[in-house]
Amino acid sequence: MSRRQLPLLLAVLAALAALLVPTAASAGSALRTELNEIEGEVMCPVCGTLLELAESPQATREKAFIEKLVKQGQSKDEIKEALVAQYGDAVLAEPKGSGFSLSAYVVPIVAFIVAVILLAFAVWKWRRAAGSGDERKPEVEGPSDEDRRRLDDDLARYDL
Amino acid sequence: MRARSVIAVLIAVALVGFLVYGLVSKGNSRLAVGEKAPSPELPKLGEPGQGSLKEYRGKWVLVNFWASWCVPCRDEAPALTTFQGEHDGQNFTVVGIDTQDISDDGAKFAKEFGLTYPLLHDGNGDNGHEFGTTGVPENYLLEPSGKLAWDVAGPVDAKMLEEHVAPLLPPAKKNS
Repeated sequence: MSRRQLPLLLAVLAALAALLVPTAASAGSALRTELNEIEGEVMCPVCGTLLELAESPQATREKAFIEKLVKQGQSKDEIKEALVAQYGDAVLAEPKGSGFSLSAYVVPIVAFIVAVILLAFAVWKWRRAAGSGDERKPEVEGPSDEDRRRLDDDLARYDL
Repeated sequence: MRARSVIAVLIAVALVGFLVYGLVSKGNSRLAVGEKAPSPELPKLGEPGQGSLKEYRGKWVLVNFWASWCVPCRDEAPALTTFQGEHDGQNFTVVGIDTQDISDDGAKFAKEFGLTYPLLHDGNGDNGHEFGTTGVPENYLLEPSGKLAWDVAGPVDAKMLEEHVAPLLPPAKKNS
């Protein structure tokens, strides 16, 4: 290697080092982000709140458990599965999309559809009643022959 | 019109029924003295397999709900271990139920305090809720028939165990 090539080689090494430093830093932050993400999606079973909001002794142990699994390189789903194995389904902040838990998603949708149908039916009935009301004949009939005759007599008497 | 009123009343009654059911089922009704204790299958702590309080029918059982993260549980553990050692031969056992806890943490706790009695793991706390527990530790003494004889919502100590539990136990069988 010539003396001319040495600065070039150093420059290349420095550039590689500069590239590697942010990569290592981002790897660290990715680990942290994953831990934070999980804390926001699971519950502290004893406190009944999201784990990220809980500071009870049980929550502390649960966080330590998650941290251990994150360090082992487990994925978010694997960690959630491990938490379910320890604490049951109730540890998940969002219910599972299967079995009885599915009702948490289905019931509001069904209730909304039923409400819309009932509302549409009520509006249709109301409009129908209002429409037929215009066509209906007035229930008040005109004066009877007797009344008409009396009215004519009265008008004649006053000479209007 | 009358049919509509009946349907409206039925819907209202059903809604009120659901609300009442929701409130009743959510509420923790504590196991009363004389009531039979729930005994579902639970994983054994620190070893493979399942266990149940049913296995101890015919024995006096002190069911101790605990967790490794619970400070009062640490305080009462030595008293329970000692009491188990002293009354083991009197048709009696303590059964520890590690509740809402990481099983590895529970197993470490058991090792640390040298717990010699059977241990089960109630991870989601459902078994504790069936007893009506509101926290840990809680202790329930079951008769050999599985009915509740005495309970305390909190930790026990040696004095309490001697005063409330020991007098109920049958005398130890003498080895001839």
